[in-house]
Amino acid sequence: MPANPAVTSASDAGRATADAHRDADALRDADALPSSATVGVSRISRRQWIGASLSSTAAALAALASLTTFGGARTARAHTPPSVRAERHEGASGRLDPGVLELAGPWEIGGLSPAQSGHFYLRLQVAETLLDAAPDASPRPGLASAWSVSDDGLTWRFDLRPGARFHDGSAVTADAALISLRAAQIAPSLLSQAPIASIEAAGARTVVIQLARPFAALSSLLAHASTVVLAPSSFEADGRTVRRVLGSGPYRISDLQPPQRLETVWHDGHDGPRPAITAVRYLSVGRAETRALMAAAGQADLVFTLDPASVARLRRSPGRSRLMSVMLPRVMMLKLNAGHPWLRDRRVRQALSLSIDRTGIAQAILREPALAATELFPPTAPAWHMATRDPLHRDLALARQLLSDAGWRRHEGRWLDAAGQPVSLTVRTFPDRPELPIVATALQAQWRELGIPVRVAVGNSGDIPLGHRDGSLQLGLLARNYATAPDPTPTLAADFSPQGADWGAMGWHDPRAGDALAALSRGGLSDEHAAQARRQAMAVIQTEMPVIPVAWYRLHVAVSARVEGVQLDPFERNYRIDQMRWARSSPTL
Amino acid sequence: MSIDSVQGAPLRRRGRWGPMLLRRAGQILALALMVGTLSFAMARSLPGDMATRIAAGRYGYDLVSQAAADQVRDELALDRAWPLALLDWWRQTASLDLGVSLVSGEPVWHELSSHLGATLTLTGAALGMGLMVGLPLGVMSARRPGGLLDRLLTAATLLVRSTPPFLIAVLLMMAMAVHLGMLPVAGAHQRGGWLLPSLTLALPLAAGIARVTAQALRSAMAMPSHQFARTKGLSDRQALLRHAARHAGLPLLAYVGVQAVVLAEGAVVVESLFAWPGIGHALVHAVFGRDVPMIQGAALCMGVLFIVFNLCVDSLQLMLDPRRTDGEAR
Repeated sequence: MPANPAVTSASDAGRATADAHRDADALRDADALPSSATVGVSRISRRQWIGASLSSTAAALAALASLTTFGGARTARAHTPPSVRAERHEGASGRLDPGVLELAGPWEIGGLSPAQSGHFYLRLQVAETLLDAAPDASPRPGLASAWSVSDDGLTWRFDLRPGARFHDGSAVTADAALISLRAAQIAPSLLSQAPIASIEAAGARTVVIQLARPFAALSSLLAHASTVVLAPSSFEADGRTVRRVLGSGPYRISDLQPPQRLETVWHDGHDGPRPAITAVRYLSVGRAETRALMAAAGQADLVFTLDPASVARLRRSPGRSRLMSVMLPRVMMLKLNAGHPWLRDRRVRQALSLSIDRTGIAQAILREPALAATELFPPTAPAWHMATRDPLHRDLALARQLLSDAGWRRHEGRWLDAAGQPVSLTVRTFPDRPELPIVATALQAQWRELGIPVRVAVGNSGDIPLGHRDGSLQLGLLARNYATAPDPTPTLAADFSPQGADWGAMGWHDPRAGDALAALSRGGLSDEHAAQARRQAMAVIQTEMPVIPVAWYRLHVAVSARVEGVQLDPFERNYRIDQMRWARSSPTL
Repeated sequence: MSIDSVQGAPLRRRGRWGPMLLRRAGQILALALMVGTLSFAMARSLPGDMATRIAAGRYGYDLVSQAAADQVRDELALDRAWPLALLDWWRQTASLDLGVSLVSGEPVWHELSSHLGATLTLTGAALGMGLMVGLPLGVMSARRPGGLLDRLLTAATLLVRSTPPFLIAVLLMMAMAVHLGMLPVAGAHQRGGWLLPSLTLALPLAAGIARVTAQALRSAMAMPSHQFARTKGLSDRQALLRHAARHAGLPLLAYVGVQAVVLAEGAVVVESLFAWPGIGHALVHAVFGRDVPMIQGAALCMGVLFIVFNLCVDSLQLMLDPRRTDGEAR
């Protein structure tokens, strides 16, 4: 039996140590699984029920007593400007601050630098990137209202929006933008991948980026959160360390309490129209159960990333909120060491893929059969989803046939390789996403049916890159986000390059895919040629299997009845709070 | 108990404070050394690459690459031999410098001080509520041993003490926040947001306090001195307040002292669940992100809290109980 802390601890709700362990497991549970607590609640026993009623009675008594004694000790409203406080609307409950949009999500504010927290600044519209992304991932104006690329693809000019001002009142100039862009060139920011020769200002409002070689994906990198432009006064004298966050977006930060809370208010110096929602509060809530209960109680307007069990429950009884969801360009997949003697043969990799029951995993663990991956990209990424005629599926007989073709033979219920050695594999995974260890054990059972014993090693997210570097990795189960920048091309080009990548291919290279991705990266292809290159790369990956896709991801958001006009962004770039509005006749919460 | 020992006590008592304070100070030093070294060793021996883990803590693991890990390794000198790193940490701690968080880059002391305030608020409120509920219940049940209240209390104590804090917390959230809509589910900034987490900690505490109070009072009332007080004409209430309460206070104090551990342990679970920005929450995160200075700082903080709490309990016991001699107080 493999060591599997996530699974063993889930079966042992009685011990505080196990609870603490699970806390650690689920801290980053962007798409969490049913934990013992939610299971325990849905199947409540009589003993628990008596306990519950007793404790709630005592709780009610104590709460009443202490409410009168202590009153509401803590408030955080001092930051809300008068204009916001005046904006009461009907139906607001006493618990939710009227006029303040309450957001809850699992992400913590780790630090102030854009590389660490840029996605917060972008999502909450505090700061802007030079370019924005349309839903199809194509670039559109952001802080730069116009841009042009020279014919040789080496000189990029960006004209900054004339009315743009930072939250300290200063104008957004090219010189000011240079500081942020140069800071964003330091690894691990994605911009460090671009072959940038120089970034200079040409006049007050024009930024010129000179490339060493053509690199079309620059437009995508300049939409990434680590390249947000902050005011020069945000940085310390070293030009890198961020001391406060002054962006140019419609909202400015009014209170920042890392790692948990961030509050913004509308910046009245912004050059856009006044939005309907003028005050926002984000709260980091690590536990999926807590977020689900906040949604059920109507105590947050937008609750991001709900776990499958909570989604199922909210669907049955939506309570005070409605569910919205969008498929993300994030893929749960197996990374294979194609340099390993057993996995070098394409037929073995295909056999491993053919014995996976993806629908079963999606149904039982993710609770949504449609999330079973038929190829690398989900249909919501139309440029990369090929709607292939040969989708990934399960076929054990074919899998066994392929292993025989590879020279393996069965002996007493298990496989021996061509040299007669018994085959057994190890899959490494990590609990940052709580479903990964569970899916790993499901895969273990499915491969046992094929006749290959597999050990599941649950460690931390550093184990897979480590195994990649020292060559010890056989299989790794991970979730890869291909939309860190809106266009997945640079990520894919790096992941499937000849030398491979930590979260990409290992010991595998196929020039057909590599060349196609490199050409896409360089740019300058006609639409038709670009589409053809994408098809070619995806087709090679689908049949050669340097990675084996298992499932896709869906972002679930619970939205309260107080807000309307909510749009979900599959790139998780921008919540578009300035497009939301308060519901005209919101029901009493 | 002889009259001599009671009269002799004030003389000896003056000399009892010094050794106790010294002993506790020594404990704090030993604890700092042990906790620091142990958490250092544990963080180093955890499997996986530390630089990758820290980079993942900083930038999210989607952005983590070899380059990011190498950059972190260089910046923090992680490939330095561990004895050197340990010596460095000892030197820093000796100068009361807890270092800088590897993940956020903020001074550990700065981060911990705000977390410490949040945890103290929570445990203070829990202790207050526990005493407020537990003491009266205990007194009432002690006055009628075997009565309805006594039996109910025993049953309730068993139930509450055997339910893990995690489950209590979720049940409270469902009952108080979702169904009744009285209190916020989570969030320290919300009005009354501290109530549910401190209640979660207070319920088991109150149950325990009630049981211990009842038991202690019962044995105090069975003492000959109590019988004598009644015989000499004091009413039940007078005898209880003037004589039995003081006797019963000692085991109760000792119990509350031990509960500090439970509070600290419970805080780890409860703080995570209620998104409460306290030390327990910070510790879990630090472990997760291999943030060694934060682990050491948070563990040290919790340890010192425990010792200080015990110091208060010891002092109270010294003040309450004039009989004890130096040797016995250990």
